[in-house]
Amino acid sequence: MRVFKSSSLALLVLGSLCANAQAAVEIQWWHAMTGPLNDKVNQLANEFNASQTDYKIVPVFKGEYDETLSAGIAAFRAGNAPAILQVYEVGTATMMHAKGAIKPVAELMKEEGEPFNAASYIPAVAGYYTASNGDMMSFPFNSSTTVMYYNKDAFKKAGLDAEKPPVTWPELMADAKKLKAAGEGCAFTTDWQSWVQLESFSAWHNVPFATKNNGFDGLDARLVFNSPLHVRHITNLRDMMKAGEFSYGGRKSESQAKFYSGECDMFMGSSSSLASIRKSAKFNFGVATLPYYPDVKGAPQNTIIGGASLWVMNGHKEAEYKGVAKFFTFLSKPEVQADWHQSTGYLPITMAAYDLTKKSGFYEKNPGADVSVKQMVVKTTDKSRGLRLGNMPQIRTVIDEELENVWSGKKEPQQALNDAVKRGNELLLRFEQTAK
Amino acid sequence: MDKKVVFHSRWLPYLLLAPQLAITVIFFFLPAGEALYQSLYLQDAFGLGMQFVGFDNFTRLFTDPLYLSSFQITGFFAVGVAILGLTSALLLAYFADRVLRMASFFKTLLIWPYAVAPAVAGVLWLFLFNPSIGLIAYWLKMMGVSWNYLLNSEQAMGLVILIAAWKQISYNFLFFLAGLQSIPKSLLEAASIDGAGPWKRFWSITFPLLSPTTFFLLVVNVVYAFFDTFAIIDAVTQGGPGKSTEILVFKVYQDGFKGLDIGGSAAQSVVLMAIVVGLTIVQFRYVERKVEY
Amino acid sequence: MLERRPYLDLLTYTVLTLGVIIIAFPVYLTVVASTMSAEQILAVPMPVLPGGHFIENIRTVLGRGVGESANPVGTMMWNSFIMAMGIAVGKISISILSAFAVVYFRFPFRRLCFWMIFITLMLPIEVRIMPTYQVVSDLGMLNSYGGLIIPIIASATATFLFRQFFMTVPDELTEAARIDGAGPLRFFKDILLPLSRTTIAALFVIQFIYGWNQYLWPLLITTDKSLSPVVVGVTQMISRSGDAATDWNLVMTAATLAMLPPALVVLLMQRWFVKGLVDSEK
Repeated sequence: MRVFKSSSLALLVLGSLCANAQAAVEIQWWHAMTGPLNDKVNQLANEFNASQTDYKIVPVFKGEYDETLSAGIAAFRAGNAPAILQVYEVGTATMMHAKGAIKPVAELMKEEGEPFNAASYIPAVAGYYTASNGDMMSFPFNSSTTVMYYNKDAFKKAGLDAEKPPVTWPELMADAKKLKAAGEGCAFTTDWQSWVQLESFSAWHNVPFATKNNGFDGLDARLVFNSPLHVRHITNLRDMMKAGEFSYGGRKSESQAKFYSGECDMFMGSSSSLASIRKSAKFNFGVATLPYYPDVKGAPQNTIIGGASLWVMNGHKEAEYKGVAKFFTFLSKPEVQADWHQSTGYLPITMAAYDLTKKSGFYEKNPGADVSVKQMVVKTTDKSRGLRLGNMPQIRTVIDEELENVWSGKKEPQQALNDAVKRGNELLLRFEQTAK
Repeated sequence: MDKKVVFHSRWLPYLLLAPQLAITVIFFFLPAGEALYQSLYLQDAFGLGMQFVGFDNFTRLFTDPLYLSSFQITGFFAVGVAILGLTSALLLAYFADRVLRMASFFKTLLIWPYAVAPAVAGVLWLFLFNPSIGLIAYWLKMMGVSWNYLLNSEQAMGLVILIAAWKQISYNFLFFLAGLQSIPKSLLEAASIDGAGPWKRFWSITFPLLSPTTFFLLVVNVVYAFFDTFAIIDAVTQGGPGKSTEILVFKVYQDGFKGLDIGGSAAQSVVLMAIVVGLTIVQFRYVERKVEY
Repeated sequence: MLERRPYLDLLTYTVLTLGVIIIAFPVYLTVVASTMSAEQILAVPMPVLPGGHFIENIRTVLGRGVGESANPVGTMMWNSFIMAMGIAVGKISISILSAFAVVYFRFPFRRLCFWMIFITLMLPIEVRIMPTYQVVSDLGMLNSYGGLIIPIIASATATFLFRQFFMTVPDELTEAARIDGAGPLRFFKDILLPLSRTTIAALFVIQFIYGWNQYLWPLLITTDKSLSPVVVGVTQMISRSGDAATDWNLVMTAATLAMLPPALVVLLMQRWFVKGLVDSEK
């Protein structure tokens, strides 16, 4: 009896081993997508897995963007990195300088013989993730950019033209006064203050955020966002706050709730917030480009991207890389991209996906969805291509802290920006020392 | 402090200790040693390059005014949590003790916060106090309070103290209640006959008899505030506004786990470990003496 | 009998009722929020009475993960349960043995062993999380219940409480046992273990809840979704940095489910819990 049992057990084990040998190659994909976006990620993986039998993409949620990056790094140090790691845009420099840890996407696609043409990608998106030799380092996945949403009903109520959102900051400030006078709670709020009001603000005005072309040309770049223009802008925001026209909702994307609850009438944030705003706002709203200061030469240029890209980690088996390459090819298909763009509000990363969406009549049915794309398809400059700064996640925290000091009246804008630049430069110096 | 009657065996005690020692060495000393080692190096996030920098990471820490102010913040926070948590628990326990028949009913209701995970507690309170969506925030505004803990450091500190104390209140309450119930009623009756009112009885009899419990809870609460509250800070303020709620444990986590500054955060870990060792010794000295009495 | 004063009784009930309302309110509101639809919960101000969508929400939450979505809450609750039980049982077992050794034996290096264990008393895993991760990974314990459980057992809180309790056990019992010719293991099994029942119960409650409520550690070491515990699941449903709107009603439903088991453990065991703690503390 016992003999029989153990031999059947052995058979079972053998059987499962065989099954394993035939099973698809598993590819780990760590990501930071929550809620409906998490569902969408799973759906993408399922579609790919169903389309072939050799590879199986396993998406794993690893927390927020910064947690996902840390988890990926911890795993790499321990020799367990996933094949695909989603890293937010400010982590780009960290990844790019970790030469031994990553496999550039351009190289991967070439090795695996997958079709890959960097020129088919939207320049402002691809540029952010491209090395100085022109090779794309990571696969742009979810890219958004900064736009402005405004409450058309409130505009009408305040006697403003609902079809004419403010185009410049002086116009915005004038509209804010009228909205406030009409009894609105607050006129204006913003998500991601560092990204929207300083990083993207700089690119939009074609002024540098840091030297060395925002860090693209070297590790010894230093921050310069304490220029008179930046100080003027932050001072304006501070004054609007004093007048009760600007309301601060938090460091991340908390402020959008202030918009869709009707508390604030103008809101700057990510283009990918469109879906959730559409779902939650009980009023007519419009999407517009960010305002700019008309006296600045070169403005408006283009805004810069946010979101994340997919990095391929070193140290995996050849079969896994083959699967990753195939998966990336799948992800960049125009119809997959167009669907991703339309259902999430992220930018289409290829021109083909944009054209496909345009043809489908999507933008007519969903006014405002193309504002972000139009903002991005222009030719970028050295100052607007993006940021390539080490320790950028920490620099953002520093900026958040110092801006909060301005909003709460503890520091004058000039002082706070100087301090942020000083503290940020220390972080850059430290990164420079470690990356050598 | 040591047992007078003991067993003798050459090998048995080691065998009994083996599992815990093994786990402690592998999962505590090894990582702690690693942290100590890393605190002397400067390295990139991926650990691809390392340079020995000696005590540079420590020097940087202690010359950084922001790190030093984080000490102050932590102290203030811990004292706040302990005072609020202890006084409100004592108040409730005192009154619950008066109504013995209802005590278990109130106990059942008051015990809930203990079961809530800090990560969930943060979310839950955020849901109440968030200036945009929070219900209590809404009420506060109705009452004319300008509530915005995102920019008002005092409010932010008050809120995280409130949440942290709330999480700990059940625990304190249970201890105080048990302590109160073990006070002989005859003592209080005797004082009552002598004409002492409830207020006087509390201060002259109850409170002194509770002092061992209070001291024990004080240590527990301080340790809790120092080390177990990071999920709350993370969920509610993330250290802000500015750096006004950035307690030490949150800073380690922020710099190491999120900021990827391995050397700097390892140095902070080492400092924290030193504090913990200090606190442990204090507690032992106290507890040892108490057992001797 | 102490004097009865009407105003004092009134004060008593007022304070207690207010205290309960204030302390239980967040929990109450969570439960209420879990009965609402997405629209109801976003109304300003949010209603404080139940909304009648409880069953529907429970079904959605438990069903999430069927097909192409995330993990079902049911699976995550099971993981949390295994983890909490593993931590509670594991910690109690190793701690009672080592406390027994430290209290009832004299042997070379006793002080060293003592301090080696007790130095870990208060250091939370968050402080040493990166190097601990490295160790766990070197041992090949990522993505396993072992990796979830064992590193968290490496702390001396339970050992400390057992030691405190053993110190209060009268020496006469030990002497009597020795006179009867009982060896240390016999003494442990027949006398110490039964006496420790309440301490064990108290520790079980503490450790179960501690284990159930772990967040950062499981998040870091599980890459296999089927292992992730429910506390991680709840936070996963909230869109904090993401660009998607949060379904607060569903989050609150999941939060309600997540706090149910630990609350039950506390409620069912509260009598032993308090007694055990107080006994060993005294």
